[in-house]
Amino acid sequence: MVEVASWKVKTGLAEMLKGGVIMDVTTPGQAKIAEEAGACSVMALERVPADIRAAGGVARMADATIIKKIMEAVTIPVMAKARIGHFVEAQILEALGADYIDESEVLTPADELYHIDKNRFKVPFVCGARNLGEALRRIGEGAAMIRTKGEPGTGNVVEAVRHMRTVMAEIRRLTTMPKEELMTAAKEMAAPYDLVLYVAEHGKLPVVNFAAGGIATPADAALMMELGCDGIFVGSGIFKSSDPVKMARAIVLATTHYNDPDMLAKLSEDLGEAMHGLEISSIAPAERMQERGW
Amino acid sequence: MNKRIGVLAIQGAFREHRKILEKLGVETVEIRSQEDLSGIDGLIIPGGESTAIGKQLVIDGFGEKIIKMAQEGFPVFGTCAGMILLSKKIDQSEQYSLKLMDTLVRRNAFGRQIASFEADLKIKGFEGDRVRAVFIRAPFVLEAGAEIDVLSEYEGKIVFVRQDNLLASAFHPELTDDSRVHEYFLKMIP
Repeated sequence: MVEVASWKVKTGLAEMLKGGVIMDVTTPGQAKIAEEAGACSVMALERVPADIRAAGGVARMADATIIKKIMEAVTIPVMAKARIGHFVEAQILEALGADYIDESEVLTPADELYHIDKNRFKVPFVCGARNLGEALRRIGEGAAMIRTKGEPGTGNVVEAVRHMRTVMAEIRRLTTMPKEELMTAAKEMAAPYDLVLYVAEHGKLPVVNFAAGGIATPADAALMMELGCDGIFVGSGIFKSSDPVKMARAIVLATTHYNDPDMLAKLSEDLGEAMHGLEISSIAPAERMQERGW
Repeated sequence: MNKRIGVLAIQGAFREHRKILEKLGVETVEIRSQEDLSGIDGLIIPGGESTAIGKQLVIDGFGEKIIKMAQEGFPVFGTCAGMILLSKKIDQSEQYSLKLMDTLVRRNAFGRQIASFEADLKIKGFEGDRVRAVFIRAPFVLEAGAEIDVLSEYEGKIVFVRQDNLLASAFHPELTDDSRVHEYFLKMIP
């Protein structure tokens, strides 16, 4: 029996991206730089998160032309972002042939109550999460890949670290609970019970978990890998640095060799200027992208 | 005999290969540089992105060392991206490959992710049920040289091949619970 868009096929592509770096790009030229540096995928966008933050206003799905041109420029998988809850943007991205859709808090949410029913789609989805309950709710809706939210466009890794540590600690906690406590845990974290059972039994999420939001240097990428994530999204960190070619390459190598400090030392040499960073406390709570979605 | 298999861990589904091999009682080790290549009896190149993996094989003679070992009879098994990296020629691409198997491979040959699928394959020499095969943005072999033994086809497309000590599949046997493909590779190890 032939099955298209099965759960295995959707989660399987994310499995193939593991240990790799997914880079935000806004032009075919940037996409080529990313591919040349060894990115395992690119995220096609109209603006990188730092520019979205600076521009303000409403951020939407990228123009279809940008996505198509980037798909033509590279052979690696191309992802694209839809607004939270905007299932029509997602339908458009599926029709364009995007390989993965990021239902993303970087864009302005289209629905404050409901996320997209991702099980209805053939194309797989990745979603952001700050804690285990949020991750399992998104998986329950059909997300085939999870990433931390971090605080996008800041070049400050602290929020991604917080989210990854939180998810990992909550996973560990579930694995130590006797079964009768798991329903209460599911209730407390507002997560589907069957997925809570899965995590308690396997000690991991049922899908791949990447780090995203604020990663700006090879050391940041290696730190997130050490904390237990499966791979790295870099948004503004590459094309907002002074030498994107070098930075892209160094972050790719640091993600593979995250547990080799000698190698990381070499990769951290002569990188030029990393992107300008933002202190999280300088961003008003209402303007923090990670608060979008639930 | 205790076999020790290296799994290339630059990028991709290396953990899944390790899991399935360890279930079969085989010791595994992650390979990230050419120094890691000593003391292993076989190598698996996992699924992932062939360009991303290839970019790191050109560093410090890493790929050259694998080529030399394979030419001396060392068993290598490539899945999906691994099949591309083992192929002599890649259709419409100048990307790096180890050029070990006499094949012409087309990347993303079934289409983009939306066309990825699972199907049941009949494999030459395999007893019992067909093998459930997961194809993800998968390649297939467009042309196979005389030395290539075609082990399986899907709808007329070559998806599983062997050339002496080298084995390559367009699908992902590491993503299912059926370990027969891995057992086949283990039998290739002297």
